[in-house]
Order: sequence, then C-alpha cells, then structure tokens
Amino acid sequence: MGSPDVVVIGGGLHGCATALHCARAGLQVELLEREAVGRHASGVNAGGVRQLGRHYSEVPLSVLAMQMWRSIGDLVDDDCGFQPSGQIKVAGTEAHMEANRARVARLQTMGFAHEEVIGADELRALLPALSDGHPGALISRQDGFANPYRTTTAFRRKAQSLGVRIHEGRAATALTRDGAREGGGFRIDTAQGPLRAARVVNCAGAWAGTICAAMGEPVPIRAAAPMMTITAPMAPFVSPVVGFSGAPLSFKQFANGTVMIGGGYSGEADLDTGLTRLRHDRLAVNLRTAMDLFPVMAGARIVRHWAGVEGEMPDAIPVIGPSSTTEGLFHAFGFSAHGFQLGPVVGLLIADLIQQGRSRLNLADFAISRFRTQDET
Amino acid sequence: MKQDLVIVGAGPAGMGAAIEARRAGLSVLVLDEQSAPGGQIYRQVERVTLTETARADRLGPDYAHGAALVREFRDSGAEYLPGAMVWQIEAGKVWYLSGDRAASADAGQILMATGAIERPMTRKGWTLPGVMSAGGVQILLKSSGMIPGADTVLAGSGPLLYLIAGQILAAGGRLQAIVETVPSSRYLAAARHLPAALGTGYLSKGLAMLMGLRRKGVQIYRGVSDLEVTGRDRAEALHFRHKGQAVTLTTSLVVLHEGVIPNQQITRLTECAHDWNPAQDCFEPRTDDWGNASVPGLMIAGDGAGIGGAWAAEAGGRLAGLEAARAAGRIDTTTRDAQAAPLRARLNALIRGRGFLEVLYAPSAPVPKDDATIVCRCEEITAGQIREAVAIGGLGPNQVKSYLRCGMGPCQGRMCGPVVTAIIAEERGVSPDAIGYFRIRPPLKPIPLAAIANAEPGDG
Repeated sequence: MGSPDVVVIGGGLHGCATALHCARAGLQVELLEREAVGRHASGVNAGGVRQLGRHYSEVPLSVLAMQMWRSIGDLVDDDCGFQPSGQIKVAGTEAHMEANRARVARLQTMGFAHEEVIGADELRALLPALSDGHPGALISRQDGFANPYRTTTAFRRKAQSLGVRIHEGRAATALTRDGAREGGGFRIDTAQGPLRAARVVNCAGAWAGTICAAMGEPVPIRAAAPMMTITAPMAPFVSPVVGFSGAPLSFKQFANGTVMIGGGYSGEADLDTGLTRLRHDRLAVNLRTAMDLFPVMAGARIVRHWAGVEGEMPDAIPVIGPSSTTEGLFHAFGFSAHGFQLGPVVGLLIADLIQQGRSRLNLADFAISRFRTQDET
Repeated sequence: MKQDLVIVGAGPAGMGAAIEARRAGLSVLVLDEQSAPGGQIYRQVERVTLTETARADRLGPDYAHGAALVREFRDSGAEYLPGAMVWQIEAGKVWYLSGDRAASADAGQILMATGAIERPMTRKGWTLPGVMSAGGVQILLKSSGMIPGADTVLAGSGPLLYLIAGQILAAGGRLQAIVETVPSSRYLAAARHLPAALGTGYLSKGLAMLMGLRRKGVQIYRGVSDLEVTGRDRAEALHFRHKGQAVTLTTSLVVLHEGVIPNQQITRLTECAHDWNPAQDCFEPRTDDWGNASVPGLMIAGDGAGIGGAWAAEAGGRLAGLEAARAAGRIDTTTRDAQAAPLRARLNALIRGRGFLEVLYAPSAPVPKDDATIVCRCEEITAGQIREAVAIGGLGPNQVKSYLRCGMGPCQGRMCGPVVTAIIAEERGVSPDAIGYFRIRPPLKPIPLAAIANAEPGDG
C-alpha cells in the first residue's frame, strides 16, 4: 500500500472530522491515535452545541457548523443524539443585560441574528424552575446539545467507510521533514514503524504543543481538565441548556432525567498518563451556582464527577490553519470548552486549505503566528 | 487532625489492621458504612450475640469468633466512625459522607478493606422482582431475622450458597431446592486438593451442611446448565437443564449466587494496578505480602485484595496493620516480622485449604449467551448491545460505556463491570487482562449534591 496523502495526528472529533472531509475531497488519509478514538476531550465533554456567547472571531465558523449540525445525519449517517433544545445564558444583573444588548447589536452589524435578549417574563416562561431575581437572558434558540462520544464515533465510522485508515493505540513519536521524498513531505515515526505523507494535520488536542515545538513554532497551550458532574435521574424541570453570566456554568437535563453540570472549572491534567484529578473546592463552587439558579438541585444526588484532558489557549480561541514554519503541516487544536460544536466545520476548512490552498472562511484570527514572540520576527 | 492510618471498612480485615496498628501506637481512624462493626460476615454480631443467643447459635461458631474480634477492636483505642460512607480517596485524603455532611480525613497511610462483592449473576430474567442475590438474603437473615418462603430456590455455585441454605433451615425456614451449576467433572478435579483442605475445617463444615439439607428434604440438582428465570411481572419459575432434561421449578423467590470477587470499585478509583486471576475469573488489585498496593501510601487487605474468607481477611488485616506501623517508623522490620510469623503461618494454611474450594467452585460461563439478557440494569443495556458496540469498534469497557451508557448509572458498574469486560474479551478473542475495567470516578456511591456543594476540606 502506498503512502497516504494526509496523515492526521489525533483521533478526537476534530481529527476524525478532518480525516472525513479530506476523504470526501478524494484524498488518501491515515489517522494516528495514541490511545482510543474519543478517549479524551471529544468523548467526555458536555456535548453543548452552542453558538451562544462565542468569541466574535469564532462566530462565522460556529454559524456554518450549526447549519451542518441541523442535517448532521446527511454528513455522518447518524443524528449524533443532537437535540435543538435552545441555549439560554441567564443574566444576574442589569449590567449583564446591558452587555448582552451591546453584544447582540455588534453581532447584527456582523450580519448575525442568532442571539437575542429576552426579558424576565419570557425567561420565567422558558425556565419555570429558575430562582427569582434574574432580569433576563441571552438566548440562541437553535442551539442545543448532542452526545459527544456517539458523535465522535459517527465521524470515525463515516471516515472509515470512505477509506480512511485509523490506527488506534499507535502514537506519533516524531515528525520530521522527509528529505528523501520528492516534493517534500513528512516522515511520522511510531513504535509500530514510520508513516510517510505529503501533508500532516496536527489534531493532537492537549498534546498538540509537542508537535508545534518540534517544528519550531512553540505555543502557550495549557492542559485543562474541565470537570463535570452528573446526577441521578430527576423529574423533568428544564429543557434548554442553561448558562449564567454571573459565574461559569453549563447546565442541562437529559431525556432520562439525569442532570449534567459543568462550567469549565478545571481539575488537574497529567499529559504523561492522560489521567485527571478533581479539585473538590472548585467543584463545590460549580455546584453552589447550580443550586442557586435551580433550588430543586438541593435535593439532587450526584452519581459521578469526571474530567477530560483538553488543550486550552491563553486567548481562548483555537489554532486553525497552516504551520508558520513548515510547508504541508496544518494545525487544528486548542478548543478547550468550545470545540465540540465546531467539530463538523473545522475539518472542512482544513480540507479546503489542503485542496485549494485557501479556506471558505477567513482563518486569520486563528493563525499560529499570533503566538510568535517579538524577537523571533 | 491527621491520622497515621485511615482504614476504610470495619470487617475482619479492617478490624484486624486497626488492632495491630493501635498496639504499635499509631493513631487510627476506621470509617465504615454500617452502623456497627463486623463487615458483611459478622454483620450486627454485637446486637445478635448480646440479645438473641438463639440466632447467634444458628449463625454458627465463626460468628461467635466475630463477636470476640469486635470486642478486641472496640478496646483497641482506634477512632471508629460508623455510618461513614467513603466516596473519594485522593493522595493522603479520604472523603466521606457522615449523615448528610461531606467531610474529609487526612491520612499518613490509607488501608482499603472493603471486602468482596457477589459475582454478577447475569442470567435471563435476573432483573425480575423475586430474584435476589444470596448476599441480599443473608443481610435480611442477619440484620432482621427475615426468613424467605418455603418455595425458595437457591441457584448457582459457591460455598455461600450452602452456608445460606443451612442458615435458612436453622432459622426454621424451608427451601424447595438447591440448583448447583458446578459441572460434575469439577468434583474430580477438586479431589486432588483434598489433603490440603483436611484440617482447615472447610470440609467438615461443608459436609455437615449437606447432610442437614438432605435431612430437611431439600431437593438438590447437580451439574445443571442454562439457568433462566421467567415470570410476567415478577419471578414465577426457574428453568434449567439437568442430566439432559429441561426442568422447571415453580417458585416466587430465586436466590442467585456464583461466588464472590474482590470489590474493585475503590481500588480502581484510586488507580491501583490490578491483575487478572484466571482461576478465579476476576481482577485482583496488585499487592505485596504486606498489603501494599501499587500506589504509594495505599494498602489493601481482606477479600478486597483477593478472596480468602473471613479468617484470611483478619490475618491479612493484622499483617497490614503491622506493616503500617513499620512504615510509620513505630516498629522496626525485625519486630514486624516476628509478630507477623504466626499470622503468616495461619494465612498460608488457610490459602492451601482453599485450593479445594477454588477448583470446585471455579466460576463457569460468566458471559450471557443470549443477546437479550440485560447486563447493565441501571441503564437496561443488553449483552447484544454490548456485542454490537464492540463490532463497530468499541475496544474496551470505557468506549462501550461512553457509547451505551452501560456502567454509568447509580451503581457505577459495580453490577455489570465484570460481565462487560468478559463480553468484550470474548468478542475480541483476548484475555480480560488486555481489556481492563471501567474507569471508576467519584463518588463511589451516589451522594447528595448539597453535601459536596457545602463541603469544606478537613470537616472531619
């Protein structure tokens, strides 16, 4: 078997989606995953399908991704458990409401109308279980949530059905320019032997920084471990996904009655073992916020806490685009706490770059060169 | 206040360790879920022996030893906190729920002595009301003196099955039948372990039990297969194959039991290394001869470290207590070894004697053949769904768990974990060792959200 056109490093949602879109574009693709597909952030995140509250740079990507989510079955032959329940970010104060109005106005000047401000009455109607005293909220009615592991599995399987070869339990140990190869390209070493490819896509999540450093473009990526909590089933009391302007929170109730509470409070991640440690002090803050907003939670029972390993950038937006040092290398990482909804679209943009040298959406804000220090320029 | 040793569990191992560690001068805190010391084997032993001599008699002489052990434990000076449910262990810290309040205790060393659980009895119909585990019946017998109805059938294998049958009859109860899944060839295979078993008491105990059952007219079916419970809304009948014939027993209570295995939830939670024991068809946490786990500062003793029964658990616990004292610098190695010598001799004799039981009652067919059999009862996931998840690329228990939610319910996979591992191993044609087990996350058991929200470290 000949060398693939593209090797994707990392079997998370973005790696699988990148492999899928490249295969759809007719490229030969192999994917390397050091553990199992969806083992870390992609399999265990909160599953929010959220345009609401996105960084302005991410809004165009998020809106295009949302179009893809609405017909996700056409892309991956599975509905991924997507529920368009809406997402609401509850305002705690008039100052939050003022900021929300300013945000909606700015989005409108950008040409986007998916976010709206709602007042106390509509908020009460949408969230009858909410505690008193909230002046209103920001809402994105088409948002919702999906099942993250099922989604990642669907992308993996669809990619495989299009001929992508996925190697689980096979870690990329070194990436080098392949001098022997005509027209350049890469040699990707693994314990099970090397792979060669013209293009490489770095979708290695929290581990992506190692590749960047090796290629002479170090990035200030941090391994985060956002902590989640799930309860025993409760009588239905909330249908949209709920956030809060007063404190980090992601709150939703599933069809089976269980309630998931997150908010991006980080435990501790160990990149060597891939394991995480919880921080109970931070969890307690997260749970108090949930109880303050929904008094019914005072009677909830916790079944499980967990955390996945995610890569986080200091400016809270990902790195997406070509390497600044190495022709043929592309990056897509650093999505901590906001990457799941972007899953369908980022791989599409990377496939654009590989196929046409430019992508259908502008990726300038996500360039890796934004982290280059002054003395290197 | 920081304790030299925090012990989780006040069964024979936990109590034995506490006694020895206190004797060497360590400060010891024992956290236990039950309202009184004794563990499962000596459950409610103080109350029963003090107030109901008749019931103590029928529960047997081992139970009387339990009473003496509890007295020694009570007098040891260990701080003992009953009703304390441990839900998380971190480096040097044990979190527990006491009443509705979350608290934590700082520990120099932590000993996990949380015992065994029954092997999941995943058969068709096992989730119907009217099907109980043998352990569940024994809890009712020991704590409230409840006796099951006369049409009760006990099915499966393992010494506990006969022990419970004897206890039911001694309590004046009746039994319809014992349906044993042990293949007849096993009796031959076990026979070569007889010499070692003689003198340990296991055999004479077993024989006395059997004769008692026969006298009371209990039907005994040996070497049966294909157990299945049926009934519309609850158990109505038990079906099985016996000597080539299909047999149906009408019954309103089926008691299922297939032996016990280490309760690995807590040792998985703490990320201790585990090894597969093919003879016993279960995972065991890796320990050295003193109970030290693979994670520094953590120890494991009793049935939770490997099934050995109450006497072995107590000896193992005492050894761990001595080792904890050595590690804390309270006794030197020579003293530890000298005090350990008689315990170790006793332990070795017990282990030799168990060869007979282990071969005779080696688990058989833990994997449900029928795809419709429910494996995860919390989330109602069937064996067929698990096989499908493997077929589409689920490599191990954690992928299957993420995909199907099996093992994500309130029991955190305690009831289905071993079976999920076994099904995946069978489907992939590899050893369970290569498959591994669910990652266990805190809390070990469901706890009130408000307790964690209001928890302050060191509340204990």
